Amino acid sequence: MTDTSLNTHVIASELAPAPAPIPTAPETQPQKLTRLRFRPARILLSILAIVVSVAWVFPVYWMLNSSLLSNRTLQSFIPTFVPIGGSFENYANALENGTFYSALGISLSVTLIAVFFCLLFAFLAAVAISRFRFKGRKSFVLAVLIIQMLPAEGLFIAQYKMVSSVGLLNSIIGVSIIYTAAVVPFTIWMLRGFVAGIPADLEEAAMVDGLSRTGAFMRITFPLLAPGLVASGVFAFLQAWNEFTVALVLLPAEDMHTLPLWLRGFIQASATRETDWGQVMAASTLVALPVIVFFLIVQGRMTSGLVAGAVKG
Amino acid sequence: MTATLTRDAPAAAPKPPAQRPRRRLSVPHLLLIPAIVILLVGMGYPLIWQIVTSMQEFGIKQQFGQPAPFVGLANYFSLATDPTMWEVVVRSIAFCFITAAVTLVVGLLLAVLMTAVGTVVRLILQISLLLAWAMPVVAAMTVWIWLFDRRRGVVNYLLDMIPGVDMNRFSWLSTPITFFIVASVIVIWMSVPFVAFSVYAGLTQVSEEVLEAAQLDGANGVKRLRYIIMPMIRPVIMIVLLLQLIWDLRVFTQITMLQDAGSKSSEYDLLGTYIYKLGAGSQDFGMASAVSIFVLALTLAISWFYVRSLLKEDEQS
Repeated sequence: MTDTSLNTHVIASELAPAPAPIPTAPETQPQKLTRLRFRPARILLSILAIVVSVAWVFPVYWMLNSSLLSNRTLQSFIPTFVPIGGSFENYANALENGTFYSALGISLSVTLIAVFFCLLFAFLAAVAISRFRFKGRKSFVLAVLIIQMLPAEGLFIAQYKMVSSVGLLNSIIGVSIIYTAAVVPFTIWMLRGFVAGIPADLEEAAMVDGLSRTGAFMRITFPLLAPGLVASGVFAFLQAWNEFTVALVLLPAEDMHTLPLWLRGFIQASATRETDWGQVMAASTLVALPVIVFFLIVQGRMTSGLVAGAVKG
Repeated sequence: MTATLTRDAPAAAPKPPAQRPRRRLSVPHLLLIPAIVILLVGMGYPLIWQIVTSMQEFGIKQQFGQPAPFVGLANYFSLATDPTMWEVVVRSIAFCFITAAVTLVVGLLLAVLMTAVGTVVRLILQISLLLAWAMPVVAAMTVWIWLFDRRRGVVNYLLDMIPGVDMNRFSWLSTPITFFIVASVIVIWMSVPFVAFSVYAGLTQVSEEVLEAAQLDGANGVKRLRYIIMPMIRPVIMIVLLLQLIWDLRVFTQITMLQDAGSKSSEYDLLGTYIYKLGAGSQDFGMASAVSIFVLALTLAISWFYVRSLLKEDEQS
C-alpha cells in the first residue's frame, strides 16, 4: 500500500467523465463542474464503501465491544453497541484460572521451535535453489510447490498415528516437527524470492576483492536478506500460532492445549452451560490482538506475495 | 554465478579412501538435506503410511492391537458405494464451489470499488478488510458464533428489526441449510480481503495510457472493462479462484467449531470433519486414510494449474 498516491492518479483519470469526443462549446461549463471531486456517483460509491467497511469490521469491533461489557449487560436482549461503562473484568476472569498462561507457554514453545528450524532449513534450501543450478533443482521446486498445497485435513490422521507410535503425543516436540514440515515449503518459496532479488554480482565483486564465496555470501548477501528473513519468520509464526487442526489431534491432553485449542474450549463448554460471552470475547481478543498487530506489520508483503501463494487457508 | 559449484562436500571429505567415489554430493544438495529430511519425516512418511493404511481393514480387533489385514482396494470400493460418503463429497464440493464463487465476485466488486473512491475512503475500506483478514480463524469463529447466537446474537436482533421478518430466537445452527449458510458467510468474510487486495493490486497494474487510448477510440466504460481491464487481470483472477477452491475444501476448523456450538450429527459434516470422525472417533484408520487420499487427490487436481502457473513465473524471473 505504498503506491497510494500513484493509484489515485489512475483512478481519477479513469473516473473522470470522458473528455468528450464532442467538442461542442456550450458544454464546457458543466464539464468543468464534473471535474470537481463531489459528483453524485462518487458520493454514492463512497457511501457504499463506508457501509461495506463498517459491515466488514463489525465482527472485530463486536469482539472488542463485548469483551468490555459486563455479563449483565450482555444478558439483555437489546444489544449494547458502545461499551460505555465497560471494564476489563472479563479479561481478569478469562485469565483467572491460569489455563491461559499454560496455553500461551505451549503455543510460544511450539511456535518458536517451529519458526527457528523452519527459517534455518528454508534459508539453506532457498540459497540452494536460487544461487545454484544443479540436477534435481526443478523437481525440488515442483515438490515444494505441491507439498505446500497439501491440506492438513488430508494428512492429520496419518500424522497422529506416526507421532503417537513414537510416543510423542501430547509433547511439544511432536507438534513442532509437524509444524516445521508444514511451514517449510512456503517459507522456502518466499525466501527464494528474497535471495534471488539480491544480485549475485554483489557477491562476485566482493570475491574479486578477495573474500571467499562463503565470506562474500555472509558479509554481503546475508545482511541484505535480513528483512526477508524477518518477513518470512513472521509468516511462519502466524501460520504456526493460528494452527488448529494438527494441534487438535496431536495435543489431546487439556494441559497441553495451545491457544487456539484453549479458545475453542470456551465454545465447547457453551454446549453444556450458559456461555459467559463477555469472557469468551475477552479470551478471543487476547488471542487475536498480537496476531493482528503482527499481521498488519507484514501485510504489504502478503498482497505482493500473491504469486507466492497459499498463506492463509 | 551461473557456474555450478563442484567443490567437494565437507561431509564427504574426512575419509576419502574408505568410501569409494560413489556420487559426490555438491553444495546445493547438502543445503537441501535438512529441508528434505524434515519434509520426509513430517509429510512423506505419513503420506506413505496413509497410502498403505488405506488398503488395510480396521475393525474391533485392531483396536486391541491386532495387526490390520491387507484388503487391497476394498476400502475404496466400500466408500464408492457408501451413500454417506457421497453425501459428504457432494456437500463439500457444493460448499466449496458456491463459497469460492461468491468470494470471488464480492472480492472483485470490492476491488473495483477501491479504485472508484477517494483515497481516504479507500484507506478506510482497506483497513477494515485487513482487520478481518488478520483475525485468527479460531477467534473469528467464536465471534461469529456469538453474532449468530440464537437468543442474544446481533444478527437475529438486526434481522428481527426488519418489518415483517420474525427472526427472534431463530436457531441458525440447527438445520443443515442454515448451518452451511452461516459457515459460508464466515468463510466468505475471511477470504474476501485476500481476493479484493490481490485483484486491486492487479487493477493498479493496468496502464493508464492503454485505457486513455481506448477511450479516445470510443470505448465506453463497460467496453474498457470487458476488453482491456478483464483480460489484463485474468491471470490474477484465475490464481485467486484456484486458491479459494483449494482453501474452501479445507474448512475443518470452521466446521468443527460450528459443530461445537450446534450439532455434531453427520448431516453437518464436510470432508475434513468426516475424516476426523472416522479416524479419531471410530478408529477406522483404513477408511479415514482412504477418504484422506481422496481429498489429497482432489486438492492436487485443482492445484496442478496453480503450481504450473507458479513455475512459469519462476522461469521468467
